[in-house]
Amino acid sequence: MLGEGILKGLAETAKNFFGSYVSKERLTTVQYPEERIPTVENARVFPFLVYDGPDWEAGLRCVSCQICEKECPPKCIFIEKSKDKKPDFVGKMQFYPVRFDIDTSVCMSCQICVEVCPFDAIRMNTGFELATGDRFGGLLLDRKHLAHSNEYYHSIHPTEAAEVDARRAEEKAAAEAKAKAAAEAAAAKAAAAPAAAPAPTKQPAEGGS
Amino acid sequence: MATTPFSTQLDQIFVLLRDWLVGYLPAAYRPAAGAVLGVLGIISVFPALFALTTVFERKGLGRMQNRFGPNRVGPYGFFQPVADGIKALIKEDVIPFRADGVVHFVAPIVLLVTVFMGFAVLPVGRNMVLADMDSGLLFFFAMGAATELSVFMAGWSSRNKYSLLGAMRGIAQMISYEVVLLLSAVSIVMIGGSLSLSKIVEAQNSYTGIFPHWYVFTPWGLAGFLMFGVAATAETNRCPFDLPEGESEIVAGYFTEYSGFKFAIFFIGEYLAMFSLSGMATTLFLGGWSAPLSILNFIPSWIWFFGKVMIFIFVFIWVRGTLPRLRQDQLMNFAWKFVLPLSLVNLIVTALWRFMGEGWLRWVVSTAILAAFYVLVGRASFRRKNIGLRSYRYAE
Repeated sequence: MLGEGILKGLAETAKNFFGSYVSKERLTTVQYPEERIPTVENARVFPFLVYDGPDWEAGLRCVSCQICEKECPPKCIFIEKSKDKKPDFVGKMQFYPVRFDIDTSVCMSCQICVEVCPFDAIRMNTGFELATGDRFGGLLLDRKHLAHSNEYYHSIHPTEAAEVDARRAEEKAAAEAKAKAAAEAAAAKAAAAPAAAPAPTKQPAEGGS
Repeated sequence: MATTPFSTQLDQIFVLLRDWLVGYLPAAYRPAAGAVLGVLGIISVFPALFALTTVFERKGLGRMQNRFGPNRVGPYGFFQPVADGIKALIKEDVIPFRADGVVHFVAPIVLLVTVFMGFAVLPVGRNMVLADMDSGLLFFFAMGAATELSVFMAGWSSRNKYSLLGAMRGIAQMISYEVVLLLSAVSIVMIGGSLSLSKIVEAQNSYTGIFPHWYVFTPWGLAGFLMFGVAATAETNRCPFDLPEGESEIVAGYFTEYSGFKFAIFFIGEYLAMFSLSGMATTLFLGGWSAPLSILNFIPSWIWFFGKVMIFIFVFIWVRGTLPRLRQDQLMNFAWKFVLPLSLVNLIVTALWRFMGEGWLRWVVSTAILAAFYVLVGRASFRRKNIGLRSYRYAE
């Protein structure tokens, strides 16, 4: 009969109207500033720099190899290499970035810098609240703003961070083992040196001249 | 029977207040001052109701779609109209370069004035009617028809295709449904024998046992009430008859070129028209300010009137949350091929009711005629046409 559909529709909306006051499942709205959905693990916004330990400046993993700077398609990364070196996590002497700027107004969140980084130093952040009143300075993030601790990295990308940590621990162990072996070899060499010392030192000197 | 002096006082509180205020003036100025106070009352109460309605509408619609609606400004978002009003006031008032400036400026004012004029004859409570005209019904519909003028003024003067289209749609729709609106009200006049709205309310303000004699509780009254509701929805351009301002098709219809407070005035005018037509439907069919049960008579009459109006408004919102917009041809077909014949049949039924005298027979006869017409014509004119696959005669 005419009007049946209208009544059916009215019943449906009435059900929604009263149901939304009764059942919480109906209201799926997340009231953003107060409530938030936890970000998805694979979410990516802009890159950040990972540091180990308590001090961000000392713990930066970045060795300023500038691969990311060269690979970045929109060229939003600017790195200034240091003059001096400092030991990295395995004890090897490395450069570090004196300046590391990312212009987030240029960055296109492609994650290529993350892919190419051999030191696991640059990773994608999930923080999206980057609105600023200053469109020039406010969007150009320097290394202080880019630096985030390894714990933070674990909190936003747990699986990936665990993998990275495992690999780094392995590398460190290998490096330590190597250092130990080298030290042992050196010690053995040092022990054996007094006996066979004169001959090998003389030979190259003679050949070179 | 439950009327104590105190409840009478409460019932007449606004009348007493007016008389008390006017009492300070010399006798010669009293009638004019009383009228001014009444006008002030109308001008302040209904826009306040409008502000409340906008926030209730947005929240209610939100709930119907399982979301919260506005809840940021003030407690539960109830100060939203204040924010909206400030926004409308401080916006730039843009007048199109080629527009007819004078008409463009006058159109919203005409709308607001004509809509407010309609309230003058509405009895909002016992003894609470600004101008108790003998032909109040006629005056009300005359003013209602005058709003169409403003629609066309706005659409024509804007010199904009969307405005013009919206105005044309609006005029076509309003004229079509105006007929139905009037014809469904005519049956009340046929029974009551008066065009005075306060007499119409008085005629319904009697009870059998505890139940009232509202016209909606008769077959022709129910049919008239439903048709009046449909026509009022169309007349106020509410969903599903909101073609004149269909956002998805013609931006905002006839007030596309209005911004700032003129736009707000159109908005207010539309809601006020909704209130006045709801008030008219209440007056004609739901017994105006009379209580729904005789034992509830101790509650002031104006509370009943505004309560009924608000229920009407809720139904408007409910329908808006439910139905999609009609197509222009569906709208016209519905008006001319279904509602108009039904309203004419309703007039015959009303006449039968009037002359068949008391008894159960007239109930059966009038219900049967109306139901049969509704079912048969409804089935015939709204049968789903099986069009089938499209066949091409030349392009193969």
